[in-house]
Amino acid sequence: MSAFLRRLARPGFLAGFAIVLFWVLCALFGPYLVPQNPFKDDLMNALAPPSAAHWFGTDQIGRDVFARVIAGARPILSVAPLATLLATLCGTTLGLATGYAGGWLDAVLSRLIEVILALPLIVVALLVLVALGPSSLNVIVVIALVFTPIIARTVRSAVLAECKLDYVPAAQLRDEGALHIMFVEILPNILPPILVEVTVRLGYAIFTVASLSFLGFGIQPPSPDWGLTIAENYGLIVGGYGWTVGFAALATGSLVVGVNLVAEGLQEALQ
Amino acid sequence: MTVVAPEAAPAEALRLTDLSVSYGKVPILRQVSLSVAAGECVGLVGESGCGKSTAALAALRALPRAGRITGGGVTMDGMDVLALSPGALRKLWARRVSMVYQDPSRALNPTITVGAQVMEAFAVLGLADARGRAEAMLAKVQIPAPARVMGVYPHQLSGGTQQRVVIAMALAKEPALLVLDEPTTGLDATVEAEILDLIEALRQEQGSAILLISHNLPMVGRMCDRIGVLYAGSLVEQGPAAEVLHAPRHPYTARLLSCLPRGGRRKQDGALQTIAGQLPAPGARLEACVFASRCDRAEAICRTTPPPETAIGGHMAKCHFAPPFPASAEAPPDTSQADVSGKTPVLAALNVSKTYGAVRAVNDISLQLGAGETLGLVGESGSGKTTLARLLLGLTAPDPGSRILLDGAPLGATLASRTRPQRKAIQIIFQNPDSALNRGHRISHILARPLSRLAGLSGAVLKTALAELAQGVRLGETHLGMRPRALSGGLKQRVAIARAFAGHPRVVICDEPTSALDVSVQAAILNLLAALQRREHVAYVFISHDLAVVRYLADRIAVMYLGHLLEIGPAEEVLSGPHHPYTAALVSAATAATRVRLRGEIPRAGDIQSGCIFQKNCARKIGPICETVAPPFAAGDRHPIRCHIPLGELPVAHATMPAGSRVVPPAGE
Repeated sequence: MSAFLRRLARPGFLAGFAIVLFWVLCALFGPYLVPQNPFKDDLMNALAPPSAAHWFGTDQIGRDVFARVIAGARPILSVAPLATLLATLCGTTLGLATGYAGGWLDAVLSRLIEVILALPLIVVALLVLVALGPSSLNVIVVIALVFTPIIARTVRSAVLAECKLDYVPAAQLRDEGALHIMFVEILPNILPPILVEVTVRLGYAIFTVASLSFLGFGIQPPSPDWGLTIAENYGLIVGGYGWTVGFAALATGSLVVGVNLVAEGLQEALQ
Repeated sequence: MTVVAPEAAPAEALRLTDLSVSYGKVPILRQVSLSVAAGECVGLVGESGCGKSTAALAALRALPRAGRITGGGVTMDGMDVLALSPGALRKLWARRVSMVYQDPSRALNPTITVGAQVMEAFAVLGLADARGRAEAMLAKVQIPAPARVMGVYPHQLSGGTQQRVVIAMALAKEPALLVLDEPTTGLDATVEAEILDLIEALRQEQGSAILLISHNLPMVGRMCDRIGVLYAGSLVEQGPAAEVLHAPRHPYTARLLSCLPRGGRRKQDGALQTIAGQLPAPGARLEACVFASRCDRAEAICRTTPPPETAIGGHMAKCHFAPPFPASAEAPPDTSQADVSGKTPVLAALNVSKTYGAVRAVNDISLQLGAGETLGLVGESGSGKTTLARLLLGLTAPDPGSRILLDGAPLGATLASRTRPQRKAIQIIFQNPDSALNRGHRISHILARPLSRLAGLSGAVLKTALAELAQGVRLGETHLGMRPRALSGGLKQRVAIARAFAGHPRVVICDEPTSALDVSVQAAILNLLAALQRREHVAYVFISHDLAVVRYLADRIAVMYLGHLLEIGPAEEVLSGPHHPYTAALVSAATAATRVRLRGEIPRAGDIQSGCIFQKNCARKIGPICETVAPPFAAGDRHPIRCHIPLGELPVAHATMPAGSRVVPPAGE
């Protein structure tokens, strides 16, 4: 374990971890720490540039951009991880079942997975959200739906490699059921690739949530969500009010980069 | 064989002087001194982890990045290798030395044709007509149809032919020194015998000095003029091959030799010798004498004073004491239980076949296993041994029409169609414990699960049974809390054995259970298997390619070839003959007294459509009948042999070989 931690403690991973930790703390405690209420408008002070009173300036109805950026960590860091978690649970189960059972179940499910993988992610998500109506819960379900086959495929290939090892027939010979072999015997050994895949997926999930919100099908106003903020204000860039957009964009970018650095560090340390 | 008198001071192809090597801060090789004269073959033996390969790599100054030469010197032809500039070192590698590794499939580039690779070996030397030379060299290493082989890719060749190609490439530069690192370890016995013959022939012809590295003491003894024995990075003994093998002067060598099941030893003759303890881990603190912690001759002086190097003639040993080293007192053979093996049949296979596509991996095999009996299953890779094991276990379903009976009652084709007592009755010990033990679980879980699933135990009873089970294979309480990774190879195999025995099976299939282990560990595992068999009265199907091991444990032996059963009978009768010509080849490959060769490459299963399955390789083929009529089982119920040759004319072990079979003079005499 300590050897693993030593391999993990590389600059890239540490930087990524620091960024993610910062945004997680913001999501948990941000609203209580910021000096202004992120929802309180102040039309007299609309579109004020950054100053001592408003560090990141104010938006078109005078809300404090700094407070909104900090508070914006919460919606995205609840929706994206929940979606990833749901996808992981479904994808792992599906991957274990197809990889271990093989045969017609594997053939049918694997083809189905390939069909879903062939569809462009954001288009599918949009279509479903148009049909179901935009809401945070629907965003979670849609992203989980799209990510499940991807995770299932990774898990399936790891399971296939494990099934070549003799401990699997050894477990069959001592009369273990399929569920025990899948979840107690095989699963612990394939956690490393799952962990890496989950972290990578989390990065994509953050990006997808921000995209959907930007397009208006994700998190709904008046949430301080970053994608939403960018969507509401991007027309103002031309007028020179860049702070209304730039800080939210920077926040999104830093979080995605941070998650990806963590994923990369994990992958290197687990190899 | 060239006999070099020490006073003649011949040119030395290689000399290591007090060579020490460390990986990081861990010393791996300690002050090893060894020389190889021009034209001489020197063997370096020792168990895994003793520093054999490190010594070879250090001698060529080709250590991996972490390795560092911390002392001593290396000279080749009087040239100081350690002082060479990188350019001069490259030149040395390119023109003077060659190395052949264990796994030929990894030494060859899978994307380039064999011809292009062999030609490259000549091209880098700047020689003209690389194609002609490459073809001639392939012919020289006795590859049939070299022109055809030039155009194929490595994966299209068998392991033995691949190794021939590697040797051909190594010989291209007519090296002054040829380093062979376990050159035959991954190969079948008959193929190994051929490769060793080839190396011997080439040595006589080319006069290269050879450093042969192997864990196989008897094999090295047959091939080499001199032998060095490594233990924990120290050269503990060095001398003429025959002397080291027959009159060892170091207790380690003596004990290592006594661990081997040699000279037709059987389990009824008593347990094998073992060496207590295990090789010290790299970096562990060592006694003044590196072997002191495992030596039963050790006294206080061994722990305080490094043993002096004493030489008698050319035979050096590092030990405070002189031989003989009496064997340690082992428990006498347990004869209290009457031998009741083989009386009542417990498992029977009737006309069992398994077809994959067009290939019959197992072809119409019928055999019986008596209670408490050991059936040795012998055959080379591709013979269908492991497939047959999986069919018996129910892990693979046999073809329709096959019948497997347990106590006379038919068994289902798959595990799911067998009852729990039936599943419990047949268990397996896999070859590789790293694969067979779940690395994610602790030993306690690995052993407790079968106790609860198969024996139906729980709670305090399970705890007691777990302790007993561990104790039965001599695992300690502390081992139970560990994961497989933390155990040595021998301990891991003990866990695998304990797991197989947890449900008190009737039949245990042992699939090469000791082939991944060192000799001293192998002896302990064989002893354990024999003891468990006596205690539990379990029947073994013992799959192995090592005839000495099979002879030790087996009551009866079945010989398989390309999915066919060629003969089956009492162990002694099968091994000493009269036996099938294929068995004759296997037996002679192992003893090398007089070697019966297989003719040509072993075909793929399915290539032979009619007649005898062995016709293509048989040195005793008698005529067209072998190609048209499948031979019946002849020679009676006790020891049926599938051959057209009348019983009286079938080969016998150690007899002179009739014309037609190639006989190679034994090496080293």
